[in-house]
Amino acid sequence: MATIMQGPAPSGEAAKAPRPVFEIEGLHIDYTTELGVLHAVRDVSITVHEHESFGLVGESGSGKSTLAMGSIRYLASNGKVTDGSVRLNGQELLGLPAKQLRELWGSSIGVVYQSPLSALNPSIVIGKQLAEVARQHLGMDASAAKARVVEMLTKVAMPDPEAVMKRYPHQLSGGMLQRCVIAMALMTDPSLLIMDEPTTALDVTTQAVVLDLVAELKREFESAILYITHDLGVITKICDRVGVMYAGEFMEQADLRGLFARPLHPYTLDLLGCVPHFDPTPEKRSLVTIPGAIPRVDELPPGCIFAPRCEFVEEACTIARPPLEEVADEHLSACRRWRIVPPPAEYLREATAALRTAGASAEQGGVLVEAKDTEVHFKAPKGVIRAVDGVDLEVRVGETLGVVGESGSGKTTVARAIIGLTPATGGDIKLRGSSLARTTGKRPRSTLREIQMVFQNPDASLNPTRSVGDAIMRPLTLLSGVSREEAKRRAQDLLRSVSLPVSYFDRLPHELSGGEKQRVAIARAFAAEPELILCDEPISSLDVSVQGSLMNLLMQLQVDKQTSYLFISHDLSAVQHLSDTIAVVYLGHVMEIGDAVQVLTLPFHPYTEALLSAVPLPDPDVKQKPIRLGGSVPSAMHVPTGCRFHPRCPRFLGDVCVNEEPPWREGQGDHRIYCHIPLDELSRLQTGTLVFSGAEPAAGSIDYGEDDR
Amino acid sequence: MVEPNLTDESFDTAIMDETMAKEVLGPDGGRARPATWRLYWRRLRKRPAALVGTIIFCVFLFLAVFGPWVAPYDYQKQNAELRLAKPALTHPFGNDQFGRDIFSRIIVGTRNIFLIGGLGTLIAVIIGTAIGLLAGYIGGTGDEVIMRLLDVLLSFPSLLLALVLLAAAGPSNRNVVLVVAVLYIPMVARVVRSMVLDLKNKEFVEAARVRGEGRGYILFREILPNALPPLLVEASMRFSYSIFLVASLGYLGLGVQPPSPDWGLQINEAKNFVQIAPWVMLFPAAIIALLVISTSLMSDGLRQVMLPGGGRN
Amino acid sequence: MSRFILRRLGFMVLTVLLASVVIFWATTVLPGDVASQTLGRFATEQAKQELRHKLGLDKPVTTQYTTWLSNYVRGDWGDSPSMATKVRPVVFERLRNSLMLALVAFAMYVPLGIFLGLIAALRKNTWPDNLISVGSLAFIGLPEFVSGTFLIAIFAIELQWLPSQSSIDPGSSFAEAFPYLILPGITVALTSLAYVVRMTRSSTVDVLQMDYVRTANLKGLPPRRVLFTHVLRNSLLPTVTVVAIGIGWLIGGLIITESLFDYPGIGRLLLFAIERRDLVLIQATALLIVIIYVVANLVADVLYAVLNPRIRYT
Repeated sequence: MATIMQGPAPSGEAAKAPRPVFEIEGLHIDYTTELGVLHAVRDVSITVHEHESFGLVGESGSGKSTLAMGSIRYLASNGKVTDGSVRLNGQELLGLPAKQLRELWGSSIGVVYQSPLSALNPSIVIGKQLAEVARQHLGMDASAAKARVVEMLTKVAMPDPEAVMKRYPHQLSGGMLQRCVIAMALMTDPSLLIMDEPTTALDVTTQAVVLDLVAELKREFESAILYITHDLGVITKICDRVGVMYAGEFMEQADLRGLFARPLHPYTLDLLGCVPHFDPTPEKRSLVTIPGAIPRVDELPPGCIFAPRCEFVEEACTIARPPLEEVADEHLSACRRWRIVPPPAEYLREATAALRTAGASAEQGGVLVEAKDTEVHFKAPKGVIRAVDGVDLEVRVGETLGVVGESGSGKTTVARAIIGLTPATGGDIKLRGSSLARTTGKRPRSTLREIQMVFQNPDASLNPTRSVGDAIMRPLTLLSGVSREEAKRRAQDLLRSVSLPVSYFDRLPHELSGGEKQRVAIARAFAAEPELILCDEPISSLDVSVQGSLMNLLMQLQVDKQTSYLFISHDLSAVQHLSDTIAVVYLGHVMEIGDAVQVLTLPFHPYTEALLSAVPLPDPDVKQKPIRLGGSVPSAMHVPTGCRFHPRCPRFLGDVCVNEEPPWREGQGDHRIYCHIPLDELSRLQTGTLVFSGAEPAAGSIDYGEDDR
Repeated sequence: MVEPNLTDESFDTAIMDETMAKEVLGPDGGRARPATWRLYWRRLRKRPAALVGTIIFCVFLFLAVFGPWVAPYDYQKQNAELRLAKPALTHPFGNDQFGRDIFSRIIVGTRNIFLIGGLGTLIAVIIGTAIGLLAGYIGGTGDEVIMRLLDVLLSFPSLLLALVLLAAAGPSNRNVVLVVAVLYIPMVARVVRSMVLDLKNKEFVEAARVRGEGRGYILFREILPNALPPLLVEASMRFSYSIFLVASLGYLGLGVQPPSPDWGLQINEAKNFVQIAPWVMLFPAAIIALLVISTSLMSDGLRQVMLPGGGRN
Repeated sequence: MSRFILRRLGFMVLTVLLASVVIFWATTVLPGDVASQTLGRFATEQAKQELRHKLGLDKPVTTQYTTWLSNYVRGDWGDSPSMATKVRPVVFERLRNSLMLALVAFAMYVPLGIFLGLIAALRKNTWPDNLISVGSLAFIGLPEFVSGTFLIAIFAIELQWLPSQSSIDPGSSFAEAFPYLILPGITVALTSLAYVVRMTRSSTVDVLQMDYVRTANLKGLPPRRVLFTHVLRNSLLPTVTVVAIGIGWLIGGLIITESLFDYPGIGRLLLFAIERRDLVLIQATALLIVIIYVVANLVADVLYAVLNPRIRYT
C-alpha cells in the first residue's frame, strides 16, 4: 500500500558548497570512424560541486553520453580525448595510469545506467554483484560486505533486502533493479555520481519514486551528481545547474531557475517550446518547431552551429563560432545575440498558433467507433492473461481520444483489438453502429479502408525493401482502387502534406531519419482517407524537437481532413496536448474517462492523481504533491479482486475496495470516475495535488488553489 | 586480457556501444545513400579475405562452365609412358596411374562438383524455403509438426544419413544430387522459418494486414524479400558444405563412378600410390581444400556485407 | 525445470523412433529383394523362399519393423552374415575404439579451441584475431580426407614420426593404441577446433559489448576478474552447447577419418557393413549412432538450460 510521503521540495537548494569536486576544462573528444575523424565533443567545460547536481540536457547527437563517459576516460577503442583537463577532487584524470584509474572508477565514481536490466550480469545474483564493490574497494570480507549491501539496499528503500540479494536480475522489476544499481553506485560513498538517463526506461510512476529517492540521497550523500537526460521535466526535480548541449558543444549553462525563467540561447528557448505545455484548456495550440535537422558532427556549419536553424540569425552569426561566455550572473550562453532572446511565455504565444478547439465538432459529429465491454484474454500455460478486461470507449467524428496508461495497462491491446490485429475475446466493437469482425481477415475492404494505424517503431513500420513512394501508393491502389498514375500523383501530394520533399519518392527507408520515416508512416496511414487513425505511441522513440513537429503535423492533418484519432501514449503531456477526450487505463480497465479539461481537473481518480503528481513538468515552480504508488503493476494473470487498483491505491478505503467492484461516478458532462470514493470527497482530499504557481497563469489555465492542506 | 592501452589515452575495453555510436553519428539518414549493391561492393572491398575468396570462387565457376574447352589435354586419354610421371612443365600436376593428365582431370572435375553440389543445393534451397515459409507463417501445431519431422532428419550426422540413403538407393549422380538435397532441406527450412518468425511480428507486416493484404502477398512481397540476404548467405554456405559432402562421398566410392574425374574419387584411387607418387593424391586434395576454403570465405564475406551488424565477427 | 527435461526426453524418444523408421525403410524396403541379391539371380525360387523365411522377410513390413525394434531394445541385435558373429559384441568393441579416439581428439581441440577463440575475441581486429578467424574459417569446411592426407604425407611418410595406418588389434588398451590415435585425432580435431574457435569468439565478442561488462569495468574490478567472473560465465555458454553436440559427432560420425586411417571404430564398421550389404549390421550400427547423437543433443540442451539462470528460474 502506498502512503502519502512528505516528499522533498522540488529542486531548489542549490547548495553552493564551496568545494568543486568534478572539473572539466576545455575537453575535446574525437572518434575515428569509417567517415574519418569525428570531433564528437568540442571545448567543453563544467564544474560540479559537492552536494550539487548538474543536469546535462541534449538530444541525439549532442554528445552528452560521450562527454560523461569520456570525461572519466571510458571510451571505445576508437575514441580519444585529444585536449583539455578533467579533475576529480583536484586529481587530474587524463594521463592517469590504468590501474589507478580503475581504482578511481570503483571507489570515487559511481555510475547509474539507463537500462538496469542490461547493466547487471544476468548470471550472477544481485547480492554478489553489489558485494563485489565492497570487497574490492572497501577492503571488506564476505560477511562485512554482505552487511554493507543490506545497509545500502535499505537506504534505497528496497523491501526485504535479504531476499532480493539472492535473486537474479531477470526476477526483479525495472524500478527495483534501478534501485539496486543506485545502491551499487553509492556503496563507496563516491565523490562523483554519474547518472545516464536512469529513469528513461521506467514507467512514470516508478520514475517518480526513483527521482524522489535520488533527491533524498542527494542530501544524505555528499556526491556531486552529473545527471544526463533529454527530459526537461526530470531536470527540474533533481538538478541545481543545467547545461544544454547541441551537436557536441554547450549552448548554455545556468542554474535551474535561471534557465527556465529566462533562457539566453535560442536553442534552449525552442526546446522549452517543443515540449507540450501542461495546461488543459479547450484551445489546442501548435508547438514550437525547429526547422532543419540536427547536424552531424562531420558536417558542421562554419559559424555558430545552431545558426542554420535559428530564427534570430544574423550574417555575423555564420562567420565565427561564438564562445560560451558568462553573460549574466552564473549564466553562460554561446549566443552572440543573447540579449534579444525573448522571455519564454511571450515567445510561446507568438511562435505558436491556435489550431483548433477541443470539442468543437462534438455537436456535428456523432460516435464513429464504439467499444463496449471489450475483453482480450490470452490463454497461458498457467492461467489466463486478462490484458483487456472490460473496456468501454468512444471515438467521435473529427476528434481525438487519448488513451493514457503505463506498462501492463492494455492500452495497445485495445487498439489492436479495434483494428483487428489481435482479436477481442469478448465485448463488441462497432463502427458507425455496425459491429466489426474481430480480425482483419474477416473484415471487408471498405471497413479496412476506414481504420488505419501508425505504429510505434518507425524503423520497423516500413518494409526495408520498398521505396517510400511504393509504401504510400499501395493503400491507394489496394483500398481506394485508383489507377497507378492517379496513385502516384496522390502519393506525391501526401508527401508534401507531411512536409517531406517529393524527391524522397524513390528513396528506401534506410535513407531516412526516424522522424522522416514516421512522417512516411503517417502519409501512408492517411493515403486511403480513413475515418479513424490509431496512433500507438508514434512519437515516443523520437527526439524532443522532432516529437513537437510531429504532433503539430498530426493536429494540422486532423484539422484539414477531419479524421479522428485514437492516440495512445504513456506520456500524459502529449496526450493532453492532442486530445479532446482522455481515457486513463490501468491493468486492462478504464479508471477515468471524460473530456480533456475535466479529466485533468479535480476530482481525479486516485490513479490519475498519482500520474499527475508523478509527471515531471518542465517548470521549476509547479508544485506536485508526492502521491506515490507502492509496489509495481500486478501481472494480468492475477488481477486483484474488487477494484483492481486497491493494492496500490493511496486513497485505499478498506474492505469495500477489496471485495466490491467500484461504481462509475458521473461528473460533469461525460466525465466518469471508477471509484468507491464519492466525487466531492475526492475533490476535498485531492486539493493541492497539482499547483501551478508563478506570475501570470496563461489565459484559460486553471488555478488549483493554495498549497497542500 | 582486457588491459588498457595507455599510449594514446584511451581504453581498449569496449566496442563502441549503440548509444555512443548514435550520439556521434547523429540521427541517421536524412541523406540519400548509394544503391545497395554498390554499398555491398564497397564493404566487400574492405575485407581482403572475403574478396580473395570470392575471386577464387569465380575462377572455379569459370572452370566449371568452360572446363572441357580450357583443359589442355583430354582428361580420359591414357598415356602408358607417362604413368605416375612427376609434375613437369607440360603436365603441371603430373600424371596419374593411367598416364592421364591430372591438371586436366581436375579442371574437368570442377564441373562435376559444381553441377552435383550446386544442383543439390538449389533443390534444397527451393524446397527448404517453401517449407520454412509455410511453417513460419502458419505457426501453431502445423509448424510444430513440420519442425519435428525435419528434426528427425537433423538427428542423423550428415554423412551417416547420406551413406544410409545411398546404400539403399545405389550410387549414381542422380542419387547423390537427391541425397544432398534431402540432407540440406531441413537446415534451409530452419533458417527461413526463423526469419519468417522474426519478420512476422514486425510493424510493416502488421501494416500490411491492416490494409487487408492476402496471405500470399504478405509472404512473398513483404516477408520473403527481407529474408533474402540471410537466405543467400545460407545458400552459399550450403553450397560450400555440399562440395565437402560430394567429395567425401566420392572418396568413399559412393558418389560418382570411374572413369569420371571426381576429385574425391581421384584421391581414393591415389591412396595406393602415395608412397611413390604423392602428387597424385596431393593435388586433388589441395584443390578441394582451395575451393572449400574460398567458398567459405566468400560466404562469410557475404554475411558480413549484407547483414546488419556487418563488421561483427 | 523438470518439466522441461521431461519434454525434451519425450521428443528425443520420438525422434529416435522416427529415425529408426527411416533406417529400417532404407535398409529393408528400399533395396528390393534381399534374397535375390544374396543368393544371386540364378538361385531357385525355393532357396530364396527359405532364405526369406529364415530372415523373417515373408512377414508384413510393419511386423518386421516392430520385431526388429523390440529385439533391438532388448539387446538382441541379431547375427551378422558377413562377419558370422553376433552383432552386438562387435559393435560395442568398435564403439570402445571410437570412444578412445574421441577422447584423444576432445582433449586436443576443446581447450585449445576455447583458448584461441578467447584470444581472437579479446584482440579483435588485430593480427592474432585475423589469423585465427581466417584460419578457423578455412578449416571448417576442410574435408578430413584432405587434411588427413596431408598429415599422413608429412608426418608419416616424409618425417616418419607416426604410423600412417591405425589398424589396431581388437582389445588393445589405451596405452597401446595411443600412438595410432594421434594422427587421426589431429585430423578430427582440426575441423572441430574451427567450430569451437568460431563459437567462442563470436559469443565472447557479443558479451564484451554488453552493458554489464561496462558496469563491471566501471566498478573498478581488475581486468582478470571482469574476464573470468563476468565475461566467461556468460560467453562460454554457447560453447558448451557446441562442444556437447560435438561429442555426439565425435563418437559416431568419424566415418571418413576411420576409413582413411583404417581405424576399427564404429564408423568404419558401418562402411564395411554397407559395402557388404549386411543389413542387420547396418541397421544396428546406424541406429546406435543416431541414439548417441540425439542423446548428445539432449545433454547439450539440458546443460544450457541448467547453466543459464534466465531459463533455470522461470
